Amino acid sequence: MRRILAILMENEPGSLSRIVGLFSQRAFNIESLTVAPTDDNSLSRMTIATKGDDKVLEQIVKQVNKLIDVIKITDITDRKHIERELLLVKVSAMNDKSRTEVKRITDIFRGNIIDIGKQVYTVQLTGDADKLNAFINALQNETEIIESARSGCVGMARGDQALRI
Amino acid sequence: MTTELFTGAEMVVKSLSALKVKYIFGYPGGSVLDIYDAIFQQDEIEHILVRHEQAATHMADGYTRATGEVGVVLATSGPGATNCVTGIATAYMDSIPMVVLAGQVASTLIGNDAFQETDIVGCTRPIIKHSFNCRSLTDIPDAIAKAFYLANTGRPGPVVVELPKDVLIPQNKGPFSIDTDIKMRSYNPNVKGHTKQIKKAAQTIAKAKKLVVYSGGGIVISDSSELLTTLVETLKAPVTNTLMGLGGVPGTHDQYIGMLGMHGTLEANKTMANADVILALGVRFDDRVTNNVEKFCPNATIIHVDIDPTSISKTINAHVPVVGLVEIVMQQLIDELKEINFTPDKDALSLWWQQINLWRNVKSLSYQQDENEKIKPQRVVEAMYKITNGEAYVCSDVGQHQMFAAQHYPFAKPRQWINSGGLGTMGFGLPAAMGVKLAFPDKHVICITGDGSIQMNIQELSTCSQYNLPVVIVTLNNRSLGMVRQWQDMVYGGRHSSSYMESLPDFIKIAEAYGHVGIQIDTLDELEDKLTQAFAIKDKLVFVDVMVDEKEHVYPMHIRTGAIDEMWLSKGVKA
Ligand SMILES: Cc1ncc(C[n+]2csc(CCOP(=O)(O)OP(=O)(O)O)c2C)c(N)n1
Ligand SMILES: [Mg+2]
Repeated sequence: MRRILAILMENEPGSLSRIVGLFSQRAFNIESLTVAPTDDNSLSRMTIATKGDDKVLEQIVKQVNKLIDVIKITDITDRKHIERELLLVKVSAMNDKSRTEVKRITDIFRGNIIDIGKQVYTVQLTGDADKLNAFINALQNETEIIESARSGCVGMARGDQALRI
Repeated sequence: MTTELFTGAEMVVKSLSALKVKYIFGYPGGSVLDIYDAIFQQDEIEHILVRHEQAATHMADGYTRATGEVGVVLATSGPGATNCVTGIATAYMDSIPMVVLAGQVASTLIGNDAFQETDIVGCTRPIIKHSFNCRSLTDIPDAIAKAFYLANTGRPGPVVVELPKDVLIPQNKGPFSIDTDIKMRSYNPNVKGHTKQIKKAAQTIAKAKKLVVYSGGGIVISDSSELLTTLVETLKAPVTNTLMGLGGVPGTHDQYIGMLGMHGTLEANKTMANADVILALGVRFDDRVTNNVEKFCPNATIIHVDIDPTSISKTINAHVPVVGLVEIVMQQLIDELKEINFTPDKDALSLWWQQINLWRNVKSLSYQQDENEKIKPQRVVEAMYKITNGEAYVCSDVGQHQMFAAQHYPFAKPRQWINSGGLGTMGFGLPAAMGVKLAFPDKHVICITGDGSIQMNIQELSTCSQYNLPVVIVTLNNRSLGMVRQWQDMVYGGRHSSSYMESLPDFIKIAEAYGHVGIQIDTLDELEDKLTQAFAIKDKLVFVDVMVDEKEHVYPMHIRTGAIDEMWLSKGVKA
């Protein structure tokens, strides 16, 4: 099952490589991983999307927690939570038809065309993974995708719950 | 008033002094020459020059296993540091605290493939508890203090501190201060067992009819064998130790049923398989203990106490998990049992012991020694036990000899048995024994080894001469990589692919060449006399080369993919 883990850790050199090393060393799956410093610059916040049964997940959470740099880890999958991912996609916009279609689909998904070239549009969209997948499918039906980049998801529990020290 | 200024190299030594370090085990090289210069100019800490950095790690490790004090290793960048990798992994697998100070090329050169540059932090990442890179002078005391703290608290383990050359050089100085009272917001070794879980554990124990205590290395590391013995005597239940936990209860205690696992006793494995409650203390359900996990003790309720949550329910699901330091949890458990007026169920207990005694009567460790035949390796261990009164430190290498020693030398105390249980590192024995001898010069320190293993760090005979470390090396010489050969006999149709040792050296001459004493034992009738003679020599290292029967196998032995109690008792005989 797909799981979203939120991790708070020391913003130290080497912290990221310890997490990544742990996942490969123990053959845990990483679907996506995002990381950046938080409002408190001494901390890094990471979101990992992974897959595994309950037993594997229990090990992942415990093993990550065991890393000295890690302050907290929570599995937010089963809680009410917000999950967002950013997509940048460059599509072919050679003729009127494709330009209109891209614009139309982008509007439907509430994305933005943020750059245009001689024959391309670059579109930005945020949402959860399903929405991004649906958007890419819709685009593919109408035009050619030239390049795409996804951020991997970031997540946070809803309401008053907070992952902080 | 002017504050005194120190170089980074001096700070390294001052930090170690502040942490009461007595010995550094190491080997010099370009990137750490400043540290060596600082060591030369003080006399609080002695540096022990080994002949290979791997031996430095094992020697520090042996020293730690015997004393409980954190061992310190110093190696130069590049090959010096990579030579430490096996020793670091060995310590990691057995949860041994160790601090490895590794030189590094100057920060300005890192990443340039400079001379003797390796990313040792990267190389060791999966086999350490943590690592530090000192980017500036002022990082040094803090990194070293934290390294000691991390290495020696919670579940202990090795910590690497990387020291780039430019933070050590004389041109670069600063004031020194060290804070050894460490607090880290990201690290709180959870020490006490959860009260609710303790209550649950006590109730589960109180209801048990066939209880067994399965205890391991956690007991040894935490020096809580006396508490364990008290607990076991309260419970009146059988107790088995893992390979890492030998000596956790006295090997001659009447409730002790021997080691469990792959080469454990039949009674230990049978007792586990038939128990209704297993009280697991400081163990990790290693695959060499469990055999096939699918078939592992299906009827048992498992109480698992360990300081490392990742060890709990990793391979075997725990019904009552208790995270905490085992010495504290055992005391909590003893208190709780008092609280609920625990008395063991007499009838159930007597039935249980009747059953166990039947398994004991099989005498699964017995072997056949004919007077005119080759010496059986087991006999050598028994003779050693007799001559040393069961009081020696026994440091083992890896192979059949290791298992024979574990089976036939009942250890009275923890820390007496020193072996690489988790990683199974051949070459561990001699340097580990040297570390023990350094700490306890007046005690018998044995290195039990094989003709294969001893050759993996035999160069250390030279270190033994230099520092006068008169250990007794006993080689069970079977002219083969016996344990490999045994598997080939049992699993690979007797095809001895590369498991024999051709052109073995004359070990006696080797020992003598280094200035030691060599004693050759070929026949049974000379075994005890010559061994006695060897142990009587106190001021010289003695290398005893014993020719043993190369056909002997270690029994009992788990039948592969079977349950914990499915065992071979001898060639072709199943339990
Ligand atoms: C460094 C290392 N390499 C290989 C092995 C695999 N191995 C385990 S036991 C063994 C044979 C050991 O031979 P010896 O030291 O003569 O002991 P014996 O089994 O004959 O008593 C080998 C090769 C190991 N454990 N460690
Ligand atoms: Mg051998």
